Amino acid sequence: MSRDLSAILARHQHDPLRLVQILRDVVEEHGFISPGTITTLAERLSLPRGRVEGVAGFYAFFPTENAGRYRVLFSDNITDRMAGSVELRQRMLEAFQVRDGEVSRDGLVSIGTTSCTGLCDQGPAMLVNGRAIPRLTRARIGSISAMIHGQAPLDTWPANLFDIHTHIERKDLLLSTPLAAGAAIDAAIARGPDATVAQVKASNLRGRGGAGFTTGVKWEMCRAAPGEAHYVVCNADEGEPGTFKDRVLLSDYADLVFEGMTVAAFAVGAKRGFLYLRAEYPFLLAPLEATLAERRKAGLLGKSIRGVADFDFDIEIHVGAGAYVCGEESALIESLEGKRGIPRNRPPYPVTSGYLQQPTVVNNVETLAKAAFVVMHGADWLRVRGTGRSAGTKVLSVSGDVARPGIYELPFGATVREVLDLCGATDVQAVQVGGPSGMLLSRSEQHRRIMFEDVPSAGAFMVFDDSRDILQVLENFASFFAHESCGFCTPCRVGTALQRRMLSALAKGYGTRRDLKDLARVAKVMKASSHCGLGATAGNAALDALEKFKPAFEKRLGTLEVMPTFDLDRSLAPAREVTGRDDDEAHLSHEEEE
Amino acid sequence: MAGAEKPMFAMDGNDVPFEPGQTILQAALAAGRYVPHLCFHPEFKPHGSCKLCTVKINGRTVASCTTLAKQGDEVESETPEIQDLRRNLVQFLFVEGNHFCPSCEKSGSCMLQAVAYDLGVMAEHFSPFFPSRPIDASHPDVLLDFNRCILCELCIRASAEVDGKNVFALSGRGAKKHLIVNAESGRLADTRLAVEDKAMDVCPVGVILRKRRGFQVPIGERKYDQHPIREVAVGKATARHASGKPSPQGPSKEGA
Repeated sequence: MSRDLSAILARHQHDPLRLVQILRDVVEEHGFISPGTITTLAERLSLPRGRVEGVAGFYAFFPTENAGRYRVLFSDNITDRMAGSVELRQRMLEAFQVRDGEVSRDGLVSIGTTSCTGLCDQGPAMLVNGRAIPRLTRARIGSISAMIHGQAPLDTWPANLFDIHTHIERKDLLLSTPLAAGAAIDAAIARGPDATVAQVKASNLRGRGGAGFTTGVKWEMCRAAPGEAHYVVCNADEGEPGTFKDRVLLSDYADLVFEGMTVAAFAVGAKRGFLYLRAEYPFLLAPLEATLAERRKAGLLGKSIRGVADFDFDIEIHVGAGAYVCGEESALIESLEGKRGIPRNRPPYPVTSGYLQQPTVVNNVETLAKAAFVVMHGADWLRVRGTGRSAGTKVLSVSGDVARPGIYELPFGATVREVLDLCGATDVQAVQVGGPSGMLLSRSEQHRRIMFEDVPSAGAFMVFDDSRDILQVLENFASFFAHESCGFCTPCRVGTALQRRMLSALAKGYGTRRDLKDLARVAKVMKASSHCGLGATAGNAALDALEKFKPAFEKRLGTLEVMPTFDLDRSLAPAREVTGRDDDEAHLSHEEEE
Repeated sequence: MAGAEKPMFAMDGNDVPFEPGQTILQAALAAGRYVPHLCFHPEFKPHGSCKLCTVKINGRTVASCTTLAKQGDEVESETPEIQDLRRNLVQFLFVEGNHFCPSCEKSGSCMLQAVAYDLGVMAEHFSPFFPSRPIDASHPDVLLDFNRCILCELCIRASAEVDGKNVFALSGRGAKKHLIVNAESGRLADTRLAVEDKAMDVCPVGVILRKRRGFQVPIGERKYDQHPIREVAVGKATARHASGKPSPQGPSKEGA
């Protein structure tokens, strides 16, 4: 075991900054991170042991005890549930006689859930030992269970099981403009760094990851910031449930994304870049590495790019380990530095004090792809589409109750109605734009427009028809935030947990009027005082629903003045299990019904 | 006075002078104006996690401990809206852990309890989580009662920055985030913690306790029993205390 660790550590040059990558390799090879492994790693990396244990304990994909030889995690986004994931998981739990989240007695398998894996257009999906399997059906679950029973190594499973499809349903500016690799870099070199920054500024390109900060201003601030080194980071930690557009950009437009990163590096004077890839997309790693290798061979990365002395730049891929909060740029940087992904206090912002406290540009995948074309074709390339404050197009990830889920690129300003018509949605009850942290729209709001001025979106567009229960949707979102809160600040750490409890009670019919008031109150506390965007937006869906879907709550409220917030009889289940009793006398439900 | 040359901001209508580089909370406390706080400690770099010191500046709510004071800022602190927010945050902290004041050795010198009294928090309001958090009594001189931990990270910071021992750290995330100690066994006895350490004296609540010292100061005569926290925190009470009768143990180390 110790020899394995030596090999892993050597592969990462014993660099504590690579701790997250090191722990990923440990899990890959050992299945989990044992207390002894933590001690050894801490000694060899000269880190306090508690620091290593803290990092191991932070990320969802770092089991710290034996989680079985096959670790099955069902994607638990609402769209997976709508496609039947709960029933499939139940079948599998029964097949292995194991409880949710626990390891089977023979140590063979554990079956649990994980946050949205970004395969909403081909769900339900799961991860087995980190590898993604989409389009689950009873048949697929049957063959997967059989292979686990037979202890077939994952490498021998049929390759088509792991095939990820690309569904691009509508192309606009970004997805239809061809790129000759190196053309944007040449354009940037011809213009010089200052003019390149000016051009991106003039295009009014705004960040496509959610916050919408003007990209050119970010580059300008980073370029102007003093530092020993500058860095460019591509944020590919696409964790917002219902979002999968970056996955498609990285699978089908990788050259363009790296071109954008290289142009950004030229503009701000960076020598090193990172692509922070979410752990749920391991199937992208090898193709992305291959693209990087080609670009190095073509002289588009490395020393003196395109013959320009001093224009040295290369890109490393860092893979995350299951933490939505790392999509927040300063938390992402912490994770890149091998730490727990806790958002930093800001200011200072990453543009002046980012990776290793040096000036760092962090841009979303889509933003960088667009920046490449802006530099190549000029500021007007983007501005021919969109609205005054939202220049260009937006790539949407459409899923849920639609005939054609997939990627839709539309000009900013498109109405919700237009998107619904394109993707073939009928009897629409609600649309969640921008994911759980975004906006929940009712059927009367289909005239609203997707743009920063009205309904901003990081990319998710989840559709719910009349057959869906909004409270179950909200409960799913609340569970997501409670699971993903980093726990740094009081309002988010406790607020997301309270919100989950209240919505779970309400969805099951144990809620009272007081819960409705408390739900709104908790959401407001989170919004007002959270440390970062995760907590500030975690109550958005509940607040929207309380305003727009009041009858859905009212229908489910208990009629009594005082209601128990739990099922009394079910709470006795552990006692029945311990005593081995299950007779009438061991149940409360009969006496309760009077 | 020298204050005339200093830049100022206004807090609830009162002028507060500040030195450039000071945060709103630091300047307010120095000027004798209390802002409720828990994770802030004057000897450590502001951290900004408890959010109790949240104030409103020009319509935006921010943590005053990590926000630099700016000339001319209009800061709202003890408004009904902000005080309500703080009450909720204190309730959040109470329901998250297991806080049973009547049986707690820290009662009377506990900042969480004192802040709750100051804000007039009368009840927890939300359903308690009742987490299961076993205590660690392995160390010969120190008891760790994790039930009361509010995750302010002061012990972590003190042990790392002052003691150079890194005895404490955090693991888990979200509601499962918890304090850990620097040992493979997970036991405090297997760390290098010593009673003289700075980490022993910074816990605002009753997690880190000296053994064999329980109830040496009777309830009713403890730090915040004698003076409300809004006086202690701005240094008013210490002066009064010094001129009053000496405490039985000399200068108290509790809840420094």
